[in-house]
Amino acid sequence: MIVTIVFYGLAAIGLIVSLIKSKEKTKIALKKAWKAFDNILPQFLGIILLIGIILSLLTPQQISQVIGEDSGWIGVLIASVIGSVTLIPGFLAFPLAAALLDNGAGYMQIGAFVSTLMMVGIVTMPVEFLYFGKKATFLRNGMGFVFSMLVAVVMGVLL
Amino acid sequence: MNKKRMEILKKYRFFLVMLVVSLVILLLNPVLGKNVYRLTVDSVFEMLGVLPPIFVLIGLLDVWVKKETMVKYMGKDSGIVGVLLGFFLGAAAAGPLYGAFPVAGVFLRKGSRLANVFIIVGAWASMKIPLLLFEVSSMGMKFTLIRLVMDVFGVLIIAYAMEKILTKDDELHIYELARKME
Repeated sequence: MIVTIVFYGLAAIGLIVSLIKSKEKTKIALKKAWKAFDNILPQFLGIILLIGIILSLLTPQQISQVIGEDSGWIGVLIASVIGSVTLIPGFLAFPLAAALLDNGAGYMQIGAFVSTLMMVGIVTMPVEFLYFGKKATFLRNGMGFVFSMLVAVVMGVLL
Repeated sequence: MNKKRMEILKKYRFFLVMLVVSLVILLLNPVLGKNVYRLTVDSVFEMLGVLPPIFVLIGLLDVWVKKETMVKYMGKDSGIVGVLLGFFLGAAAAGPLYGAFPVAGVFLRKGSRLANVFIIVGAWASMKIPLLLFEVSSMGMKFTLIRLVMDVFGVLIIAYAMEKILTKDDELHIYELARKME
């Protein structure tokens, strides 16, 4: 909520300053803003429906069962795949991760889940393709996936 | 069908497929189907919370920040300043990762170095300040710190590795894509 206020506030201040300096340029800026939004709108609408579908098919109890403390590397791998294909709003992701821990998930597996959730985004790839192309997109997500394994190992050792 | 309509249809193809899938779910399992739409509405509200101001800021940046300024602070020879600015911009951001890509686009168009743009994307993905507060309260300080410290290195390594691995042609292609998305 605070974040929303801060960002709308920043945009409002920016717009006011811009308007004072040049009405013409502000008009162009708003047109560009709309164009940038319009560019990702079609993919975006598809993505939020896909997220809704994935999240309603997976429940915390189901996830905890497969990434339990004794699930080892298989569990880490499964957790990473789940983290990669889901896109959970931030304010829901951490309570969910905490709930998974309470339901019996291991720290190593949760580390992999949280890290891939942040760094790897399979469902947002259509938008990423538009700006970075396929090669860079696969590269970035691939490296994020491998790096998340590393995070999992460190979490497993330290926690 | 005329060409423009075909194009719109092509753009919305993914959305239409998802719409059909969700309708099939609704028919087969109304409870699950309703849950899908409830989650979708939640996502729309989450998006309305942060994306519109981000796009307004992208538009303002596009109009007011001169290319030379961007090159100076985020370009090839920006050095540590570009790296720190990249981390700062990513960490100060809000909202889901797909908001980072249009921002990356405008930075690329204005002549920002590729590695610095990947730092923005990386920091946006993994070290947003508002989210860190959430993380500390649900996962604890130790978990958050381990991940954050590792991610600082991870973001840097990935950004520079990307720049190394991508060829000159790939790089030109990325800058070309960013121009196309204007």
